[in-house]
Amino acid sequence: MKQTESHTGFHHALKVVDELCIGCTHCMTACPTQAIRVREGKAIIIEERCVDCGNCCKVCPVSAILIEQDDFQEIFSYPVRIALVPSVFIGQFPSHIKTGDVFGGLKNLGFTHTVEIDSVVDLVQQGYDDFVKNPDCLKPAISTFCPAIVRLIQVRFPSLVDHLIGVKPPSDVAAIHYRKQMMEQGKKSSEVGVFYITPCAAKIASIKSPVGEKKSPVDGVINMEYMYNKLLHLIMNKEVTAQAGPDNDKLDSKKILWSLTRGESAHQQGRSLAVDGMRNVTEFLERLEETEESHIDFLELRACDESCAGGVLISGNRFLTVERLNRRSGELPKESTEPLVPGSFDKSLYSLEKIEARSMLALDPDRARAMEKMNKLEELLKVLPGIDCSACGSPTCRSLAEDIVQGKAQPSWCIFLQELYIRDKRLSLEEADEINGSIWGRERDYRSQSK
Amino acid sequence: MVLQYHIDEGDFVNAGNASSAVKRILKQLDVPAKMIKRVVIALYETEVNVVAHARKGEIEVVIEAEKITISVQDSGPGIPDIDEAMKEGYTTASKEVREMGFGAGMGLPNIKRNSDALHIESIPGEGTLVRITNELRD
Repeated sequence: MKQTESHTGFHHALKVVDELCIGCTHCMTACPTQAIRVREGKAIIIEERCVDCGNCCKVCPVSAILIEQDDFQEIFSYPVRIALVPSVFIGQFPSHIKTGDVFGGLKNLGFTHTVEIDSVVDLVQQGYDDFVKNPDCLKPAISTFCPAIVRLIQVRFPSLVDHLIGVKPPSDVAAIHYRKQMMEQGKKSSEVGVFYITPCAAKIASIKSPVGEKKSPVDGVINMEYMYNKLLHLIMNKEVTAQAGPDNDKLDSKKILWSLTRGESAHQQGRSLAVDGMRNVTEFLERLEETEESHIDFLELRACDESCAGGVLISGNRFLTVERLNRRSGELPKESTEPLVPGSFDKSLYSLEKIEARSMLALDPDRARAMEKMNKLEELLKVLPGIDCSACGSPTCRSLAEDIVQGKAQPSWCIFLQELYIRDKRLSLEEADEINGSIWGRERDYRSQSK
Repeated sequence: MVLQYHIDEGDFVNAGNASSAVKRILKQLDVPAKMIKRVVIALYETEVNVVAHARKGEIEVVIEAEKITISVQDSGPGIPDIDEAMKEGYTTASKEVREMGFGAGMGLPNIKRNSDALHIESIPGEGTLVRITNELRD
């Protein structure tokens, strides 16, 4: 597996498998933070820029981007094994498969308890209400539900980090709440393993290197795709021995839709709005930085198209998943008035620490040098073709220019400038071959049929 | 570094182009986020003012290591009483402009709030020069 460009201490769930990568640039151009380059015919991920949204993984034609997960057998190191199940997990199964089979199957596979994460959203909502009530709360308050969005704001929109709501996402709240419940029943914390069946890479990264908490309350992550395959196999072969529901039955018509687009925004006080998809979110955040939209109270932002139903580890079609969840929502009781846990939102348990910006946009920490680089960058942009072909190994002409002023690329890497240099006899064909080999890979024969 | 932009009356769609471009540059110069925000808001409000009131305007942005200077010269109606215009809620915007969500009389006060130094010169019937200077160091 390829090492990422530098070791920065950020844990990422996405890794490029060199043996499979064909250096095709699909991932590089899909990346919303320009975190990928192609060198020696392989994609490399720049650690400090990656926000683990998984867009690269979705577009890779050869499945060369791997999403890390914990070994499933790890669950058996705990006597109490809780599966945290997001509602989208159920939504991806075809309609003829019974919910009882899914939860029963999870028990057959080794979990002692299964709980639906979305059962705790009342608690999260209480936290939101508390947070926005504070007169110092900046408007619009931005949801911290989606971990890829939190990271996107940290690296690309540093001025907006103070808008993030300091409340842990439902998966964390559920992990803490249900562990506590087990401990109240006499179990030791070390005996309880909480495993999150996750629809996305960003959740995995946020558990391995949490933002706004010292340690994640989740003990392990199980890739949803892996779990889907295992369960479907079990169900198809009629090996599910027990029909079971989740061990908590607190879902209602509102909670089940929380992880979908408008799942949160629909229930907030005042004016709220929901944006999904990385490109849409980025466009909106750019605007928010320039014009204060302080008349909006609450912003729900989700990295994936159709929110968690469009997660990179969801096997089913995202629109069908949404439709199934909507149907299931209609069959559930209307929003329950009964609070899940007595008492109110416990700040000491469920609040996030202050989230810090870590902008990756600066050309140089020294202002004078950054100015010099900026001037050079503007000059480069005038000569680069501006068609963003990405054959230079950078995603756009602008990012090539940024790489050049940072000393990480050369103008001759641009195939248009290369052509000019050759014509002007400033570059030999052999030198050009050498350059192109260092970007596209040396062994690759572009005339062959197998790419 | 010197940047120039041109704005036309009534072109609300493109109001904000200059502030977007300046924002990107300041981010790459590692200017603290709070300072960028002030510059961007002041510049955006100025752009909107020209679009709403003046026939056309020329923006010149000079970025130096320590400070940014924004000069906007428009050929609009001019401001007869600058002190009056600086008051919150004072507006001469047409009904049409106000219906679009602009012209609430917060523009100039907002520009003043977000600039370290604000200088306005105006000749009624000829135009207005707005010069905003902001420090770029903590």
